[in-house]
Amino acid sequence: MLEIKNLHARIGDKEILKGVNLTVPDGEIHAIMGPNGAGKSTLSYVLSGRDGYEVTQGEVFYNSQDVLALAPEDRAAAGIFLAFQYPVELPGVGNANFLRTAVNAVRRKRGEAEMDAVAFLKVARAAIKNLSMKEDFLKRNVNVGFSGGEKKRNEMLQMALLQPGLAILDETDSGLDIDALKIVADGVNALRSARFAALVITHYQRLLDYIVPDVVHVLVGGRIIRSGSAALALELEAHGYTGLEAA
Amino acid sequence: MSASMQELASAKYQYGFTTDILMEEFPRGLSEDIVRLISAKKSEPAWMLEWRLKAYRLWLRMEEPDWAHISHPPIDYNDLYYYAAPAREQPKSLDDVDPELLRTYEKLGIPLNERAALAGVAVDAVFDSVSVATTFRETLSKSGVIFCPLSEAVREYPELVRKYLGSVVPMHDNYFAALNSAVFSDGSFVYIPKGVRCPMELSTYFRINARNTGQFERTLIIADDEASVSYLEGCTAPMRDENQLHAAVVELVALDSAKIKYSTVQNWYPGDADGRGGIYNFVTKRGACRGRDSKISWTQVETGSAITWKYPSCVLLGEGSVGEFYSVALTNNHQQADTGTKMIHIGRNTTSTIISKGISAGKSDNTYRGLVKILASASGARNFTQCDSLLIGNECGAHTVPYIESRNASAKVEHEATTSKIAEDQLFYCRSRGLSQEDAVGLIVNGFCKDVLKELPMEFAVEAQKLLSVSLEGSVG
Amino acid sequence: MAIPGWKRHDMTALPLKKLEAWRYTDLTPLAEINFSEAGLGVAPAALPDLGLPRAVFINGRYSHASTLPMPEFSPVHETGDLPLAQINAESAQAGLTIDVPDGVDAGAILLVSHASGEAPFAVHLRHRIHLGRGASLTIIDIAKGDGLYWHNPVMDIRLEAGAKLAHYRLQDESRAAFGLATIRAHIEAGAAYEHFSAIIGARLSRTEIHATLMGEEAAAHLNAVQLLNREQHGDFTTVVAHRAPCCASRQTVKSVLSGLARGVFQGRIEVDRIAQKTDGYQMSQALLLSEHAEMDIKPELKIYADDVKCSHGATIGALDEDQVFYLRSRGIPEAQARALLIRAFLDDALSAVRHVQARALFEAAIDTWWVSQ
Repeated sequence: MLEIKNLHARIGDKEILKGVNLTVPDGEIHAIMGPNGAGKSTLSYVLSGRDGYEVTQGEVFYNSQDVLALAPEDRAAAGIFLAFQYPVELPGVGNANFLRTAVNAVRRKRGEAEMDAVAFLKVARAAIKNLSMKEDFLKRNVNVGFSGGEKKRNEMLQMALLQPGLAILDETDSGLDIDALKIVADGVNALRSARFAALVITHYQRLLDYIVPDVVHVLVGGRIIRSGSAALALELEAHGYTGLEAA
Repeated sequence: MSASMQELASAKYQYGFTTDILMEEFPRGLSEDIVRLISAKKSEPAWMLEWRLKAYRLWLRMEEPDWAHISHPPIDYNDLYYYAAPAREQPKSLDDVDPELLRTYEKLGIPLNERAALAGVAVDAVFDSVSVATTFRETLSKSGVIFCPLSEAVREYPELVRKYLGSVVPMHDNYFAALNSAVFSDGSFVYIPKGVRCPMELSTYFRINARNTGQFERTLIIADDEASVSYLEGCTAPMRDENQLHAAVVELVALDSAKIKYSTVQNWYPGDADGRGGIYNFVTKRGACRGRDSKISWTQVETGSAITWKYPSCVLLGEGSVGEFYSVALTNNHQQADTGTKMIHIGRNTTSTIISKGISAGKSDNTYRGLVKILASASGARNFTQCDSLLIGNECGAHTVPYIESRNASAKVEHEATTSKIAEDQLFYCRSRGLSQEDAVGLIVNGFCKDVLKELPMEFAVEAQKLLSVSLEGSVG
Repeated sequence: MAIPGWKRHDMTALPLKKLEAWRYTDLTPLAEINFSEAGLGVAPAALPDLGLPRAVFINGRYSHASTLPMPEFSPVHETGDLPLAQINAESAQAGLTIDVPDGVDAGAILLVSHASGEAPFAVHLRHRIHLGRGASLTIIDIAKGDGLYWHNPVMDIRLEAGAKLAHYRLQDESRAAFGLATIRAHIEAGAAYEHFSAIIGARLSRTEIHATLMGEEAAAHLNAVQLLNREQHGDFTTVVAHRAPCCASRQTVKSVLSGLARGVFQGRIEVDRIAQKTDGYQMSQALLLSEHAEMDIKPELKIYADDVKCSHGATIGALDEDQVFYLRSRGIPEAQARALLIRAFLDDALSAVRHVQARALFEAAIDTWWVSQ
């Protein structure tokens, strides 16, 4: 379970999050919607521990662990996975090598046995097949020369292999066509279980046609101003955020 | 830096132990008498002694070069020992080798026992001034390959040695080459006869052990028509507070359609985190592609030494000959590296490729210096050069000094250079996937070096990758 | 007003080839000549005009052909360590002195240096350009002449914060002359020095520019084309020192060499420890049109800050015969096809010249050069 209590954060002198409260129980998928500049990406980066974001108040717990005290890699080991809006390129670093290094780093921290190259390749190939990706994906350098859709698929591949308990999708749908959108959705839906939760951050409603959320939150001006069922997303799509900002 | 941090930093160098063994040393200092002593010790013929003396007299009149981007206190050439060797008689076979030496090489990961040795790699083990063992000589001799200490070749194969020694790096080439020509002690000699593909990888492992001793090995590799060989070189030294001089010369000769691949993983002791101690590595390496369609390929991973001054080069004489230089130079703490290559295009349709990756961390200085020269005779010549520098931290320097000279309109030269750092978002991306900061740096640096590392033979590549990560420990944080 | 000639100096004052900065340019032919004082000289019938305010120097003297008032000339105190600037300092008696006050846009001016005479003579002009805060100026700088002479001008430029100087130089010296120009620019925060040189004349020339970026977001753009033939030697040397954060430098240098010509480009980018977020770029390309032409390139990066983006590239080669063939197969005659491709090659450097008159001047000079081939 993810619990965010009165979270305030700033970049430099600018306060972006102004008291976010949010609880995501295991087994549920929550969507966070909001206009540009509402603090959506900041929330995802604060949760995953990127430098440059200063938490001035509040707490975040994941399965009772103090998330804010953990280094990014320890958050990954604890089961938090951030799917990047703009996945980073790593020239010269082979995808297979990167994935295996990450999987084994996380397994080591979780006290699980590391996977050898052969065992890993088997698992990775199966995951690649599930995501309808070409096998040469593993041979290419991480995200280098990937199309937008390929980068997002690669994020889903990493998620499938790291088996997180909590996935945070930071506008993963931006710039994707319908086919790629479905792949992202399938990636998330495949992990749905009583022990998996997800926070889907999106500007548009259309992703939520494929990943149906249990709860939709509206983030405006650094605060969650409304929460509701999946129907809320449709309402926002129809009327926009303007009417909500005053609330 | 606290004492415990220092221990930690120096503990990273795994090969810093010393071997306690009875040594024979000549008196300190350099004179004609010392040159004569070295020659006599090796029972050399008169022509070899004359050659040495000529080089010594030449050296006396030369001056240390000062153009490299390095600085060090003056070297007192009369305060060094020029010969140090295990006191025991030179062993006739592996069975005679001092067990203490065998244990030393075992510890360095180079078992000399042929049963335990890496499959497919023959090793010449050089300990201070002498070769102490050469493995798989019989296997090699069956295919006509000569692989032996150079001192032995001087006696056993004088025609070959006389013909080629100093023919690629003449004694007057530079200060350190002249010094080496006067006092070179041991090194490897390789001759691959016509049409022979050397059946195994050849390798020399250099170990400096004795205190205050310079190492002046000399290696000569000749690949006759249509012959090919892959040669590996590794080097380590104990941790000492003093600086030790290593001034080697390597000469390669490739005749018609011959191929020589020369790989180095240089891990001499780099000095401690405060810049105390470490090897001064002044090395002249050059290959001559004399035959048509011959090829010489240098690959180096330089992580050790307090100072590295080396420019493995190719003289491309034969029509259609090919020169390659793949280099990773990593400096940390107070290390200084000034390294690169020279590609001299003389023959028609000669091609060369230079890929250099420099990584600077700590307070180090790292310079790529290279020359691509296309002579008027080199019609159709091609060169491609890529030099990339990576800076880690804000106290180091990264420098690129290429010289590009073309005198032939039909030649084509391309050069690219970039400087970058490890981006914060790359580190964060890796860490959010569970990698520690140090693993992430190691991964990104190895990715940066990939185009070079893939040129190394398999076992060396794995070793080099580990070495890069270990050498960077503590540089980010 | 006497202009001292070369005889006052002995050879040791000249930079010799053993200096690393002079490894590709040998001044021995210069040292072998006895240069006397310049005669009065005559202004050529057709001095470049362009309809701009102009300063004209004939054989090193301020000419009545100038429309700008004669500047006061104060003695030179040379503090730098460049040998040619030192020789200049000992001999200079005249030069353009301009001081643009804060905030003033002074428009464009023309600077003409012309030299002609019988016996070999030397001309050492000292120009001083100062732009106050936020001021701007364009200088179109033309060096021409006839006969054997040594033109050794030094231009010292100081740009206060936010100032903008565009400096367009056409080096069209006599083919028998030595043209050794030294330009030093000190550039404060937010100021920009934009330089373009077309190097066409002189038997032996060197254009040496030192641009020092002293304040944040200062910029230096140093572009050049070198068009050399016969036995000409042209050397374009730059040193850009990034001494403050967030500065940018751009250099595009294109050389076209025919006959026995030799082109040199040396470009160093220095980045101090403090100069984070430096953006430095340098590209040097050369076309060798004849069998015996030669190009030497030494691009150099000296970097002490980690968060920087610096790169350089260099290529040397011939015209792409596939491209020539492609154009010919579309009906374009060979000579025209080659001219077209060479113009396209030069365009990257030339496109930085946005001043219309300067652009037209360079285009005409390039066309003339090509026709003379």
